[in-house]
This record gives sequence, C-alpha cells and structure tokens, in this order.
Amino acid sequence: MDRIKAIIVKEWREVFKNKFIFFTVSFLPLMITALPLGILYFATGSENFGGVTTADLPPQFSTLCGELSGGDCMLYYIVTQFLLLFMMVPVIIPMTIASYSIVGEKTTRTLEPLLVTPVSTLEILIGKGLAGIIPAVSATWIGYLLYAAGAHIMVDNPAVVGKLFDPLWMTAIFVVGPLLSIFGVSIAVMISSRVNDPRIAEQISGIFVLPIVGLFIGQTMGLILVNQQFILWMAGILVVLDSVLFYFAVQIFQRETILSRWK
Amino acid sequence: MMNNGPIIQTTNLSRSFGDILAVDRISVSINPGEVFGLLGPNGAGKTTTVRMLAALLEPTSGEAYVAGFQIGKEDQKIRRQIGYLPEAPGLYDALTAEQNLAFFGAMYGVEEISRQIKRYLEMLGLWNRRYEPVATFSKGMRQKLAIARALLHEPEVLFLDEPTSGLDPQAARLVRKFIAELSGEGRTIILCTHNLDEADRLCDRVAVVNGHLLALDSPKILRRKIFGRKVVFHLLEAKIDFEQVLLAFDFVSEVHLVENKILVSVEDPENNNPALIRALIEAGAEIQFVGELRRRLEDVYLELMKSAEGINNG
Repeated sequence: MDRIKAIIVKEWREVFKNKFIFFTVSFLPLMITALPLGILYFATGSENFGGVTTADLPPQFSTLCGELSGGDCMLYYIVTQFLLLFMMVPVIIPMTIASYSIVGEKTTRTLEPLLVTPVSTLEILIGKGLAGIIPAVSATWIGYLLYAAGAHIMVDNPAVVGKLFDPLWMTAIFVVGPLLSIFGVSIAVMISSRVNDPRIAEQISGIFVLPIVGLFIGQTMGLILVNQQFILWMAGILVVLDSVLFYFAVQIFQRETILSRWK
Repeated sequence: MMNNGPIIQTTNLSRSFGDILAVDRISVSINPGEVFGLLGPNGAGKTTTVRMLAALLEPTSGEAYVAGFQIGKEDQKIRRQIGYLPEAPGLYDALTAEQNLAFFGAMYGVEEISRQIKRYLEMLGLWNRRYEPVATFSKGMRQKLAIARALLHEPEVLFLDEPTSGLDPQAARLVRKFIAELSGEGRTIILCTHNLDEADRLCDRVAVVNGHLLALDSPKILRRKIFGRKVVFHLLEAKIDFEQVLLAFDFVSEVHLVENKILVSVEDPENNNPALIRALIEAGAEIQFVGELRRRLEDVYLELMKSAEGINNG
C-alpha cells in the first residue's frame, strides 16, 4: 500500500508540473460544468424556451418525465442532455495523465531503475492508474455537484432538480464514471507502450472518446435515449471491457515485456 | 538456495531475443566482496547479463543464483538484495534529489529513509542540493544521485553499468573512489565498463565477453596468460652479443633488441632477474634501469577480441 501511495504522489508531483496536463485536469471539468449551467440559465430565463415545446422532444423521452409538466419536462431534458458530456471527463483526464506518465518514463528511461526494485507489476499499474483515476473521478464528481447545485439555484421545481439525484444519474456518475476512468487508463497504458510521444499517445487514445461523443450526438438528435436501462447496459459492458483491457495492460507491463519489446 | 560460497553463480546462462543469441552459456562464480568487471564491445551481452542477474530479464536457458536466490524463481528476494545503476541514470527530472530518493526508498521499503538519504547525499556531496529539481543537475551530479539511489537499501550486491561514462575526469575520479570505498565495505560490485583502465584499477577479476565468455581472471593473471612476463633492460648501449648471453638461460623464451633496450620474456622475473643482470654486467653491459614491461588491460582486451574474431572468421 505504501508503494502504491508513493507512486501516486510521485506521479502527481511530476505530471501536474506539466502545464498542459494541469490545464486539462482543471479546465475540462470546469468547461463541462459551466456549459450546461449556462444553457440552463438561459433556458430558465426564457418564458417559452424560445418557442420550443415538449412536442419537439424525442417521443421516448416523455416516458422519463413522469409527472413533470411540459415546461419542467423540457428543463429535465436539457439537464439530462449533459449527462453524457460529464462522462467524457473520467475518460479524457486519466488518458492524458497516463499517456504523459508512461511515455515520460520511457523517454527519460526511468522505468528500468523502477523495475529493478521489489515493486510488483500490479503495484506500478495500480499506482499509475489511480494517479489518473483519482483526479478524473474527483473532477467528475465535483463538476456534477457544482452542476446539481447550480441547477438547484436556477430551477424552481424541486422535482426537476431531484431528477439529478435519481438512479440514472447516480449510476452514471458514481458507477459508470469510475469504470470509464479504468477504461481510459487501460487504453492509455496499451497505446503508450508503443509510442514515444505523449501527444501521439493522447491523440490515439482520444479515438476511444468518440463513442461517447457519438452517444451525445445520438441523444441530442433523438436517435437514442439515455435511460436507466441504457446506463446499466453501459456499466455492464464497461465491467467486461475493463476486465479484458486491464488483463492486457498487466501483460504489457511485465518487466520482460517492457525491457525487450517496448519501443 | 546456496548459503555459503559465491554470492553470484551462473551456469550456462543464455538469453536469446528471437533468433539473436545475446548471451551464450556464460558460467561464472563471483565471490562476496569482489569487484568483478564485465568487459566487452557494444552488443556483447553485458547489459543483458546484468539485467538477467538483476531479475529484470529471464534467461532462455541455464541458471543463476544471486545472494543465494535463483533468478526466475525468487526474483522478489533478489531485488531486495541488489542495487542497480543502469547505463542511463533514469531520474525524475521534475522531482528534487530528495524526492527522487524518497520515492525509491519507498519502493525498497527502506526504514529510516531520511537517515539513509542524508547519509548518501552527504557522502556524494549532494546534501546541499537536496531540494533542487534534478532537471538542474549536471551529468556528474545525476550519476552520483543514481548511485545513492542504488545504495539506499544497503544492498549486498551492486550492479554498475558504465558508472563513469560521460563524466568529466574529476567526477569520474570521485565515482571511482566511491566504488573503491564501497568495495572496502565488503559489498560485491559488478562493474560493466568500456573504460579498461578503470576496470584494471578497480576490479579483482574481469570477464571478457562477446556473447560468450572469452576470458575470466584477474587483470594481472590475464596479462601474464596472454603476453607472458617481459623484463626491460635499459642499457647505455645495446649490443647484439647480449641477446645470445640472455638466450643461454633456460627460463628466457624470447629476447628483442629495441634501440638501447632489451626486452626479455621470462617465467619468473623476481627470481630470474638477478642472474640476468649478473650475466649482462659480465658481458660488459652498462645497465641504467630494469623494469617489468607492463601491458595494459586494453592490450589484453584487444588481443582477446582479435583472437575471437580470428576464430569466428575461421
């Protein structure tokens, strides 16, 4: 446990001195929190939502509104739209941190002295992983709490604000978020083992954020509905994916593999 | 597991990378407290051998024991017993010297880490720079810090891969002095180096490798084995007759006249020289100096490489 803690502290000391990483970790969640709050502010300030009515909402969405009135349902729709946007934070941050951390160790040749110590592969991987996951999940949760607090101030109907604490959001933020972080770290580990530039590792890893962007666009266009069932499916798939990816990440992180195959 | 005897023992230790045989059946025994040099050209398998002994790479075949533990089977125990200075110091630039050592101290589970950090930073003259980021350090300072890192957990065996490479003469001298001090403490040191003069000065024994083991012995014995022992007589004037005088002795195998010097190959200079000196004086020679022609380890090394190339080329 002491070794894992030491790895996490070391990673943070190193990566947060990098302005780009610091910017990504601090500004991305801020932007993703500020954007929906801004839209919510304008939506609540508008009498008739700029002429948009509940009839314009995807038909399947009304099933999520329950007893909410038409206007409140519209507000809830706006609030829920940004759920997937929040899901990008726990993927992007650990990908950035892990890419810079692992590629950085490769280019400065610091891995060999580390691997010669009695630290285990699993401890290194967990330490490096948590160094990315902890800020990512914390940023997601803080962003979510700020969003919920902002919505509470701006939206009059407690029923709408209450929806931000329903099982859909809870599962998404507190279960899917951490699972996405593990996914991001595992992907970054695998890609970082094959490249020598952290920016390339980050760009390639970025491809794996596209499905979430796709879901966001699909939801906005009314093609999919992000409901409780959808989020549970997402969590289930991520559990399987994370297990497989973490297994491969452990294999890639064996001493033998690092010293003889990493380029 | 071995309890007594050599601290490192390898038997037919081999390692391949695909079709390339990097280390070919190396068998050596290294005694506790010995400074053991591993010499060879680039790509000779020195680093691969050290990496196997440091439990970083598994051998393809053969076996090795380090501090009584078998590599490939008791790697974690080996890692606690060894210190390792790789070819590149591999330090975290953004961290201070103290933070670097504290991190590695945690990896080794070192108790009283602050005391150990102070001890080695003071010994290596870096204590006053402990709060500075390593990024600001010179190459020599980095190397010294990397040596301190390798010693934090007080290892029995120390692997040093090119410890003075790229250092200025002053820093290199300091590092060599420090290695000699560590040896004085009874630690076993495995030194990979291209600096043959350094190996000659520091090592009790050296192994010359080029994939496989070419020679293994103390520098002194290797010199004798390859070049024999030669005595040089500096004369006021060398004459051809002197050659015949010296060749009359059974223990003299060769005599060469070079300007006013005579080079004589003898078996045992300590015992043979008085007779040779007497004979030369009786023959009318005026001797200015007498000394042993000291071959450098570099000559031994180059001779071994030449022989190995000759064998390889058929």
